[in-house]
Amino acid sequence: MSENAKLPPLPTGTFSERAVAWSKKNLFDGWFNTLLTLGSIAFLVWLIPPIVEWAIINATLAPSIEACAEATGACWGFVNANLRLILFGTYPFEEQWRPLLAMILLMGIICGSLGAVKYPSLRKAIIPMWVIGVPIIAILMWGGVFGLTYVQNSYWGGLPLTLILSSIGVIFAFPFGLLLALGRQSHMPAIKTVSVVYIEVIRGVPLITVLFMASVMFPLFLPDGVTIDKLLRAQIGIILFTAAYLAEVFRGGLQAVPRGQFEAGDSLALSYWQSMRLIILPQALRLVIPPTVNSFISMFKDTTLVVIIGLFDFLGTVKLALRSDPAWTKYYVEGYAFAAAIFFLICFSMAKYSAYLEKELRKGEQR
Amino acid sequence: MSKPQNAPGDVRSKGLVDYLNDENVRAVLYQVVAIGLIVLAGWYLVSNTLYNLEQQNISTGYGFLDLEASFEISETMIDYSAQSDYATALMVGLLNTVKVSLLGIILCTIIGTIFGIARLSSNWIVRKLATVYVETFRNIPVLLQLFFWYALIPSAFPHPRDALEPLPGVLLTSRGMYLPVPEPDNAYTLMTIAAVIACVVIYFVKKWAKKRQDATGQPFPMLLAGIGIFVGLVLAAYLAGGAPTDMSMPALKGFNIQGGYNISPEFMAVLIGLTVYTSTYVAEVVRSGIQAVPNGQWEAADSLGIRRSIALRKVILPQSMRVAIPPLTNQYLNLTKNSSLAVAVGYPDLVSVSNTTMNQTGQAIEAISIFMSIYLGLSLLTSLFMNWFNKKMTLVER
Repeated sequence: MSENAKLPPLPTGTFSERAVAWSKKNLFDGWFNTLLTLGSIAFLVWLIPPIVEWAIINATLAPSIEACAEATGACWGFVNANLRLILFGTYPFEEQWRPLLAMILLMGIICGSLGAVKYPSLRKAIIPMWVIGVPIIAILMWGGVFGLTYVQNSYWGGLPLTLILSSIGVIFAFPFGLLLALGRQSHMPAIKTVSVVYIEVIRGVPLITVLFMASVMFPLFLPDGVTIDKLLRAQIGIILFTAAYLAEVFRGGLQAVPRGQFEAGDSLALSYWQSMRLIILPQALRLVIPPTVNSFISMFKDTTLVVIIGLFDFLGTVKLALRSDPAWTKYYVEGYAFAAAIFFLICFSMAKYSAYLEKELRKGEQR
Repeated sequence: MSKPQNAPGDVRSKGLVDYLNDENVRAVLYQVVAIGLIVLAGWYLVSNTLYNLEQQNISTGYGFLDLEASFEISETMIDYSAQSDYATALMVGLLNTVKVSLLGIILCTIIGTIFGIARLSSNWIVRKLATVYVETFRNIPVLLQLFFWYALIPSAFPHPRDALEPLPGVLLTSRGMYLPVPEPDNAYTLMTIAAVIACVVIYFVKKWAKKRQDATGQPFPMLLAGIGIFVGLVLAAYLAGGAPTDMSMPALKGFNIQGGYNISPEFMAVLIGLTVYTSTYVAEVVRSGIQAVPNGQWEAADSLGIRRSIALRKVILPQSMRVAIPPLTNQYLNLTKNSSLAVAVGYPDLVSVSNTTMNQTGQAIEAISIFMSIYLGLSLLTSLFMNWFNKKMTLVER
């Protein structure tokens, strides 16, 4: 009590003095905060040591079931032994450098596209990157040309599949979503109604119903003799689904462009498409970059749902590895923790980048 | 059309090109073309579908709903057996969806609010802990979380033979949690009626109290009075019903536990997974809602001599609610839609039951159309309710 009555020390002083001042202000400010701090510390002491002991001290990396059975901690050996199955699924073992290369290329293109917001010199490269990159990825994955053996896409799996499904989903949904957003803003009642109904219906149902529709109903829609495989059906379902969400993101951007800009286009006698292309969209799309990245993050997470219709994405291959040997089954915590860590790394860094972009893009307005 | 007319002052005649340049004519033309294309595509798909169905000898229509389902459902809230029809089975699935969604919405609101406030705490360690919770669980796919909980629950708890008993009568086993429930008795019906009556009475007392406060400025301890009325009436009904004390206690009989109310591992996995995942989003909504209220509002309340707890309730929360309700609605809808992931862990929700129905009858289009329209309906209902609530809240500001 007597210490509290003293004047707070000035912010200058030795390190320990400042540390004491800081903790007094941030940790022990009043009885309630002191209680919270002590409670939190107790919680951490209860939680952290057992986890560290399990995950690091008593854990084993040896990729054998025997070593795992002896270890009292985590069996990272499960991940170690099944790493290639988890990462690449059932892709032919000898050829797994191809999905690895495709995945690195895809990640490079995604990072390049995201980086273009910060470095304008990259901006012109975005479209060529995708136009050249996607066929290369397709060639790497499918093969059949340039001496690469053909790999049916039913063997694709793991992290490359998750990345492909989500990024191709967003890329193809982009123009479709833009059209829907423009349709929703349109003055033509029929076009507006069609867009609104599409957007609201898709947003009103869970992704899994769209995927079920894609996997069960699409084959019925097609003429006799024409078939499309399961992966492509899922990809179309994801594109249709993402487009509705992107449309709403774009609508937000279009609504944020001031009325005067539309009128400026009209007064210059630009046609609708000219004024959209030259005046409105460059402004609107700049505004929607962060929410578009967020849509990509949620799409990346939601792609795991293709497990339910029998595709082996990154989560599916973890389950596959767990089932590959009954002895491994009980190491599900390690398997899921590994998958969770990868998902977390990718989603968290993208989310942080998107938040950073949001701040960066607002700098112009803050002057 | 054929005879161009010269309008006064118009130098040129109005030909076909002028019509095509007319914005209104063009708009009609575009729309006709767009609708035409959509109808054409729709007709193409429908005719393909009809042809394919005919080839596969699948009859269309919803007649299959009256057929015997002949599959068991592990969790039902209404009477159901394998002899019941498909319509009943789908109803069971729908009720299970509603059950897990409603509970999830309530729990994620509570947990999310706590973490949202904790992220704004002046206490550094509490703030960091809340941030770690939110950032971790929102960046891991919800399906992965469901799989994890579903794998964890059966293996973390013992076999029914050596069930854990944290509280008397509450059993924790690998087959889920067992709670003691009262044996059915007339007194409970009476209590339910009393509870409804209490709510009506509270509604009118509240109206009267507000009127009096508006007229005279005299406050009325509504919270205490409300609790008093509710507990009093329900207790009176309990005593009037003969105060039954018989409980159905869960106990080991043979190889399994009989009696009590069973909460299955599937249900727990879905509920925990959805609640944890959605609560991180709710926390962010709550945090931004509170941050959206300017600090001046706190200071204004202080300068009027309003106590801080009352200021929070009467000044700050009503304003942050207005900001928070629309995104909160979205999160509730997301939770309801994500409850369809239950199919992955075997909780018999609507999608799971529909999936079984689809596989048994081959009526894919009908089954998908049913669950799609039910989800649409649920989404619509939730947004209607939240819109109503939103309107009620915005009225506070005028």
